[in-house]
Amino acid sequence: MSAHTAMLTPSMDEWRLPDKGTVGMVCLIVAESAIFIIFVIAYIFYLGKSLSGPTPAQVLKLPIVETVCLLSSSLTVHLAVIALEKGNARLSTLWLAFTVLLGAIFLGGTALEWRELIYQDGLTIQTNLFGTTFYSLVGLHASHVVAGLLMLGLMLGFGVAGKLKQEYAHRLHMISYYWHFVDAVWVVVFTVVYVIGR
Amino acid sequence: MTPTLTANETATARPQKLWQETFYSWISTVDHKRIGLLYIGYALLFLLIGGFEAMLIRIQLAVPNNHFIAPEVFNRMFTMHGTTMVFFVGMPILFGFGNYLIPLMIGARDMAFPRLNAFSFWVSAFGGLLLYYSFIGGDGLYGAGTAPDVGWFAYAPLTATLFSPGHSTDYWIVGIFLSGIGSVGTALNLVATIVCLRCKGMTMGRMPLLAWLYLVTSGLVFIAIGPLTAAQIMLLLDRYLGSHFFDAQAGGSAVLWMHFFWIFGHPEVYILVLPAFGFANEIIPVFSRKAIFGYPAMVAATVGIGFISLGVWAHHMFTVGLGPAGNTFFTLATMIIAVPTGIKIFNWLATLWGGHIHFTTPMIFSIAFLFQFLIAGLTGVMLSAAPFDWQLGNSYFVVAHFHYVLVGAILFMIFAAFYYWFPKMFGRMLSERLGKWHFWLMFIGFHLTFDFMHVPGVLGMPRRVFTYEADRGWGIWNMIATIGAFIQLAATLVFVWNLIRSYRKGELAGNDPWDAWTLEWTTSSPPPHYNFAEEPVVHSRRPLWDLKHPDQPDSDYE
Repeated sequence: MSAHTAMLTPSMDEWRLPDKGTVGMVCLIVAESAIFIIFVIAYIFYLGKSLSGPTPAQVLKLPIVETVCLLSSSLTVHLAVIALEKGNARLSTLWLAFTVLLGAIFLGGTALEWRELIYQDGLTIQTNLFGTTFYSLVGLHASHVVAGLLMLGLMLGFGVAGKLKQEYAHRLHMISYYWHFVDAVWVVVFTVVYVIGR
Repeated sequence: MTPTLTANETATARPQKLWQETFYSWISTVDHKRIGLLYIGYALLFLLIGGFEAMLIRIQLAVPNNHFIAPEVFNRMFTMHGTTMVFFVGMPILFGFGNYLIPLMIGARDMAFPRLNAFSFWVSAFGGLLLYYSFIGGDGLYGAGTAPDVGWFAYAPLTATLFSPGHSTDYWIVGIFLSGIGSVGTALNLVATIVCLRCKGMTMGRMPLLAWLYLVTSGLVFIAIGPLTAAQIMLLLDRYLGSHFFDAQAGGSAVLWMHFFWIFGHPEVYILVLPAFGFANEIIPVFSRKAIFGYPAMVAATVGIGFISLGVWAHHMFTVGLGPAGNTFFTLATMIIAVPTGIKIFNWLATLWGGHIHFTTPMIFSIAFLFQFLIAGLTGVMLSAAPFDWQLGNSYFVVAHFHYVLVGAILFMIFAAFYYWFPKMFGRMLSERLGKWHFWLMFIGFHLTFDFMHVPGVLGMPRRVFTYEADRGWGIWNMIATIGAFIQLAATLVFVWNLIRSYRKGELAGNDPWDAWTLEWTTSSPPPHYNFAEEPVVHSRRPLWDLKHPDQPDSDYE
């Protein structure tokens, strides 16, 4: 083979392949999307098929504040990645803190919404098909928010401890892809559950 | 490259190790070759267990009015047999070969994510153990143990707590859920490896076809396992939190479960069969002494199968009643899939055509695969016509059809792969003499069982009945099928004996016993843990051909 190696064309020297982290994360997102699609299909399939109340129109309110928070957290995590790629760990930590805060506000909003639905409107996962599909779909999304927050929180912890370094920028970048995915899913859930389904 | 070609680390010259060291090194390994072997070993263990369950089923059905096993036990046996063979034999054995071969074939030193690789294996293995733990823990505190008995596709409402009390169904759910996590992890790893770790010069158009097939399989895993996982979560919510996804009394739909299951279930068939095609793509050219015919058409057909297989699931549900539009769509979609598979069959035939065919054990298994897969496809086209399916759906004709795919095509190619790559894995050849015995016993047993199983199906014997009356005329066909099953059992035992015996005293293989052309044969047998001392550089689809024939390299013609 050494004879062939000598025959290498210049283009062979620039042998570049896609980044494995990005490819892996894209694969994970495709697999996760398949799970979400099935839950969304179940939600749409059972719209209006509940045998008893309450119905979405009676109890659901638009979660505007939570949505704004979650969508802006996509921007802040992106800024955190850019800051770390430029080597500014302190700025990155600051943006990470904003991201975690916004994500936590979103989760808190969901918690309050569920509390109201359960204790005031009497809607649980057992009540009817709306409850079954609503809690499972929104809950599946919320569990992904929790997973994202754990990862971002870990990075934030490193940042606060002064251990966030430029060399970790790629990892933070991958986490940010996951976080963008969680946001994109929320756009779908919001549209299906709170706009179309209400 | 040259040094690795000559360095021959034989299997015999290893230093002695304490068994604790060996044990620890295996359970903590992140080496793709060892994880591949773990996958394969674990799958072989489950193959024997699943085969044992099949034998119990066949003995029970051998004669009318038999009481060899009780009806409840029969239900558990067909459930466990199906679940085991699909999730804990088929998937792990194919992932095992993929794990072992892909990095070697594309000139990489390991998978893209070695630790994820180990995690995926162990979580899948744990899923299998949980499924079988149901024999002990299935009834929980109620009494004696029991295994799941809801069938491998577990239709609602059988799985509701009312009809499946205790925990047996929960073990089924959680076991498959975990195996799904492992499958997605390994598929992700395979894609990242194939896309990102190819050695210099190995463009996508120069990859061994096996890598292409695994790439498409992995893509199907992402899209197919998701719905299964989602459906299992829903079922678990139904059983534990009282939700109503599949609860008809609260307006839920049992048919929705069928859709979700088969959106997974049909691509799953292709997840299992595409790697088997991959083995054929490597083995048939080497023993025809010709390059594969129609490489681009093979790739296109594979991708085509991948896409079409996502749109055919409801042909498993014709008997439910889908309405004219649904029936027409799924009939046509199912028939169209015969086109890319036909392209593959013709390409393999064209590869054989005019070749200098060597009838080694891997090759005869591959040739049997070709014809058996053709017949499996033909009965598949028959069943794809909705009216025909209304007549024969859920009969033994269907059972015979899909066993023709799973055994006649996939298992035969898995055996071929063992004979072909065992020398690479362990440095010793499998015995050709025992291999021929294995093949002919398997071939005769397979055809006795599954050719004749079509007949009681046409005569109206439904699947999953635990026994039948003598005056139905099914007895003789079932007796033949059972005799065939015993011959297949004998064949499998010959195979296991061949594995054990050849591992100890098989003929030494050397680096390249088959005079093959892909990169794994440039390494020693077994390969060193780093695979390649120097990163290889390739210029064509058959890098080893180029190396052996520098005067006439493939790169001049591609």
